[in-house]
Amino acid sequence: MKRKSHAAILSGALLSLMGGPALAQGPAKAAAPKAAKFSDDTVKIGVLTDLSGLYSDLAGQGSVVAAQMALDDATGGTGKLLGKKVELISADHQNKADIASSKARTWFDVEKVDGIFDLTNSAAALAVQELGKARGKMVVVTGAGSTVLTGKSCSPTGIHWMYDTYAMATGTGSAVLKEGGTSWYFLTADYAFGHSLENDTSAVVKAKGGKVLGTSRHPLNTADFSSYLLQAQSSGAKILGLANAGGDLINSVKQAKEFGLTESGQTLAGLLVFISDVHSLGLETTQGMYLTEGFYWDLDDKSRAWSQGFFNKHKKQPTSVQAGVYSSIYNYLKAVEATGTDDPATVTQHLRSITINDPIIRNGKLREDGRLVHDMYLLQVKKPSESKKPWDYYTVKQTIPGDQAFRPLAQSECPLLKK
Amino acid sequence: MSSQVLLGQLLIGLINGAFYAILSLGLAIIFGLLNIVNFAHGAQYMLGAFVAWMGMTYLGIGYWWALLLAPLVVGALGVLIERLLLSRLYKLDPLYGLLLTFGLALIFEGIFRHLYGVSGQQYSVPAALTGGRNLGFMFLPNYRAWVIVAALTVCFATWFLIEKTKLGSYLRAGTENAPLLQAFGVNVPILVTLTYAYGVGMAALAGVLAAPIYQVSSMMGSSLIIVVFAVVVIGGMGSIMGSIVTGLMLGLLQGLTKAFYPEASNAVIFLIMALVLLVRPAGLFGKEA
Repeated sequence: MKRKSHAAILSGALLSLMGGPALAQGPAKAAAPKAAKFSDDTVKIGVLTDLSGLYSDLAGQGSVVAAQMALDDATGGTGKLLGKKVELISADHQNKADIASSKARTWFDVEKVDGIFDLTNSAAALAVQELGKARGKMVVVTGAGSTVLTGKSCSPTGIHWMYDTYAMATGTGSAVLKEGGTSWYFLTADYAFGHSLENDTSAVVKAKGGKVLGTSRHPLNTADFSSYLLQAQSSGAKILGLANAGGDLINSVKQAKEFGLTESGQTLAGLLVFISDVHSLGLETTQGMYLTEGFYWDLDDKSRAWSQGFFNKHKKQPTSVQAGVYSSIYNYLKAVEATGTDDPATVTQHLRSITINDPIIRNGKLREDGRLVHDMYLLQVKKPSESKKPWDYYTVKQTIPGDQAFRPLAQSECPLLKK
Repeated sequence: MSSQVLLGQLLIGLINGAFYAILSLGLAIIFGLLNIVNFAHGAQYMLGAFVAWMGMTYLGIGYWWALLLAPLVVGALGVLIERLLLSRLYKLDPLYGLLLTFGLALIFEGIFRHLYGVSGQQYSVPAALTGGRNLGFMFLPNYRAWVIVAALTVCFATWFLIEKTKLGSYLRAGTENAPLLQAFGVNVPILVTLTYAYGVGMAALAGVLAAPIYQVSSMMGSSLIIVVFAVVVIGGMGSIMGSIVTGLMLGLLQGLTKAFYPEASNAVIFLIMALVLLVRPAGLFGKEA
């Protein structure tokens, strides 16, 4: 008797766990078209980012600061849009896709969040975008790089705002190849982002007649890269392509210098480098490195003026991810104001109809697959002697127009596109 | 893979193993002699690196002095922790000591993350140890050669201290029968405090050794500590020689895994730990209780 009831409880629990999401989907989908213009009379924004791990310097608290700035600027400091309250909440996904997923689920279903922003870490971003697709909610990714977000996993209410691995590969990869870097060895972070970056860069290398001599895939958050650097050196490749980011990138670069990679004839190509990384490593170690970015604080007067506002609050110059969080939330709120509703489909449609130009994004056009196509910049790290003020780290070598930087729509694997 | 590259991987594995050895030795001493599972060990390693960095940045104290001062400073903090907090838990289940040290680790890491972020501070290799030599099968940075020499020297000195000296014999006696030792007139509480401080000091020393090559960041301990615990469990909690040998062995094994299948380099140590616990629960060198 007892065993039977235990089994019953267990299977009941399992069924409800499986059925829960399915049940939740039903009512949400039915409610959306008939919902009031502003769901629950509030516009609620969630910033889901890495607040405590290896990416917390390039995004983290700075992203929350940027989000608050966007909210203040879009509402003119009143905190209200068309009479409705605008709320901002934030949480730490700790670089775990399951935590990101369950947080997003709580936010969408219980806290009635209308859009989730930032989502640094591709595994977390992909998981949350899937959820957003199922719930019909806005998911605007600024911090993650995987091109799968606008490829196989594209969503009608999902936007990839700042950069992606294709743009990195095209920008930095092409520049390095032009300088004679024709044979590559990759050091790759072993998860969605690293794989995406390695694949996209390999494609660029091979398309231009170069060779990929090997790859080492290391676990996320690795402290010691000496084994991999040794393998890279013995491969004889001219270029060591670093398909990792944040703390992993910093450790790789530091140890590559220690192992005399440059002296033995290998050049480092950092495929995703943020200004926070250069700040940590110093110009002595990173000088001469090429990198592709979607935003640089010292680009022109507009970017400098905006960045000063950020610096006053956060005491550091913004990374492109943090600036992207500002830009995405600001434009989202402006779109909500223009359309008079927070319905995700309507807002996305509006964003597709305009050209986005703000201190951060230049010549931005939102495509059907969710990719925001905008100007990217090929930068080179200055020599220590060339740096004249704090955070003066880059020379702008080239502005890459959006249609050259990002994957052409014709090559996109997004199932939403009518082929 | 050519034998040359393999040899290089083995040497690198040995260097990492020396790191594991010095860290797991500190942990093994603390557990073996005090029965405390010191989860704050990773945070104390991080503190050692930060003290070295702060000394350099704010006081101009160089690396060589930091090697001496950081363990002393962090060891003093260890004395405070032991006297004020840990000593109250000896009569209780060892689980409480674990929880307390785990909490302390979170506090220390949180404080430093709040103050300095996670990208890491710059700490350069001391001038005397820059550069390296080409050994034929690989390029060995001088600093890494120094690390292996320093770590093994400290490990051997510690083993000698515990196994071959009078002070060490008091420590070992204290583990087996503290009241009896106290009856002989030895001040056991002070012995316990100093032992904890010594273990903590070793963690801090490892931190100073790590500062020039790894990131000096609030997160540097947390990724390492889990692996070190696995090393101690495999070696046998409380066995001094066991933790040194196991640390070196596992460093080598991990180095080989990185050469052939790097994706598993983190997992391989836990795989071995699971196997060892199944076959020999007391660890490879541990004594059955």
